[in-house]
Amino acid sequence: MSSDIYKDIILDYYRNPRNFGDLPDADVRAKDSNPLCGDIIEMQLKINDGRVDDIRFKGKGCAISQASASMLTELAKGKTLDELKTMGKPDVLELLGIDPGPTRIKCALLGLKVLKLAVYGHLGQAVTEDVKQLV
Amino acid sequence: MTYLGQLESLYHIEADNLLHKHISRELALVEELTSINVTRIREDFPILKRQVNDKPLVYFDNAATSQKPRVVIDAIDRYYREYNANIHRGIHKLAEEATVAYEEGREKVAKFVNAKRTKEIIFTRNATESLNLVAYSWGRANIGKGDKIVLTIMEHHSNIVPWQLLAEEKGAKVEFVKIDEAGELRQDEVHELIDERTKIVCVAHASNVLGTINPVKEIGRVAHRYGAMFLIDAAQSVPHMAVDVRDIDCDFAAFSGHKMLGPTGIGVLYGKSEQLEGMPPFLSGGEMIREVHTTGASWKDLPYKFEAGTPNISGAIGLGTAVDYLCGIGMRNVHDYEKEITSYALDRIKHVEGVVIYGPVDVAHRVGVVSFNLGDIHPHDLASILDEEGIAIRSGHQCAQPLMEFLQVPATSRASFYIYNTKEEVDVFVDALEKARKLFAR
Repeated sequence: MSSDIYKDIILDYYRNPRNFGDLPDADVRAKDSNPLCGDIIEMQLKINDGRVDDIRFKGKGCAISQASASMLTELAKGKTLDELKTMGKPDVLELLGIDPGPTRIKCALLGLKVLKLAVYGHLGQAVTEDVKQLV
Repeated sequence: MTYLGQLESLYHIEADNLLHKHISRELALVEELTSINVTRIREDFPILKRQVNDKPLVYFDNAATSQKPRVVIDAIDRYYREYNANIHRGIHKLAEEATVAYEEGREKVAKFVNAKRTKEIIFTRNATESLNLVAYSWGRANIGKGDKIVLTIMEHHSNIVPWQLLAEEKGAKVEFVKIDEAGELRQDEVHELIDERTKIVCVAHASNVLGTINPVKEIGRVAHRYGAMFLIDAAQSVPHMAVDVRDIDCDFAAFSGHKMLGPTGIGVLYGKSEQLEGMPPFLSGGEMIREVHTTGASWKDLPYKFEAGTPNISGAIGLGTAVDYLCGIGMRNVHDYEKEITSYALDRIKHVEGVVIYGPVDVAHRVGVVSFNLGDIHPHDLASILDEEGIAIRSGHQCAQPLMEFLQVPATSRASFYIYNTKEEVDVFVDALEKARKLFAR
């Protein structure tokens, strides 16, 4: 059984999401949804010395949105907030290993948007226009 | 001259012989009308030759928009190539031809839904605009504080939000008739909710999610008993079955051209002339005025009072052609064929492990719309997997979030059929569902 979009790795992250759940002592939380399909992602980050010490996510929605959010949490761990600010769509596509196409790309980018909302929120900075337009 | 006589003189053959030919021609016609020749119909739709992801297109998103037959595409093309002009004002040949074609479109639509008068057909952009026209024009003039607007839980957002805005503005109340386990409107609630304070009752003739065909004639009777207006959202019924607005006795009916083989950007509001006459204009400007002075203006008669600005001329021509095409098949045949394919689809889909189907089990009470969920696969994931197989379905909240909340599902997948779909396509679809199920079961 093969599917171009639903590669094993995506289904694996969807079925067994890494870093799923709550971080009780989180320094910052952010949450957003995709109005088109109602997918929801929440991220909770523990920040130490400008670096992501720990991270969790929660959410509901399609396999693409949940898997990409989970993969992002793994990538984000240990990174500096400045590094996270420079991350973009290509990083997410590389993680997924596929281009989900124009109708599904917003599902894939929801996690990235929420991660960035958390970063900007923690830094007390205004969210940039390009972040708002991710989803 | 009789038909036989005409043929006789035309072909110079004997009457006996002709009678035989005449009868066999009639028989062929009857046969043609009682069963749909799908193979031939498919030939009329150029897009059905398309491959999607190297697979033949299986288009099951007809409740969102239908495909267009060549005659409709050609009619629009011909208008722009041969007689493009603005209507109702130019004193020249092209303007005259364009005006005639535009008004013919209106006459065809009027006959199609059995309106009493052609002027009771108002062209709009789509069903949504038609509903807004009633909410703004009739609603603002007739709804007051404490009045009640009765809707149903299965309405499309376009038959909810205009009424909520109106109610908010006027201090009126919006109430919803709910559904039973079978996905049919609860008749006890119809009788309970519609009362002396009810000013208008707005009901989907057929649900875009459940496919339920609602007993609009009966509901209309209840509304009228209390002196309330009765409006039907006929966007999902007019394309698929014979709809007779006089028999239903609705005061208003809204539908879209693009769901019934016509182009996008043309919609229809049917209104009884006694209601439309008394209503103030909705949009205003050119085309809809009789006289304009610095001190004020007066309006044209129906239907032009409600058609401000240059209308969608090619759209009306295309819609008129679509109506001709549907009449050529016969709406009874359209409905029967869709019942057949829906019944086949329901039977095949329900055997897929983990599938939940929403809406009436009885195909007599539903149009060709099947909403479902498959296990815990999110509808968007399912739609993506089916897309890889060349199959187009709808997934999401189907513009009916109150219904989704009532069903307690975040979203559903929806397959919806039309005259060009086949049982073989249903088989391809069910195979793809199995494929998705296995993929996600691992």
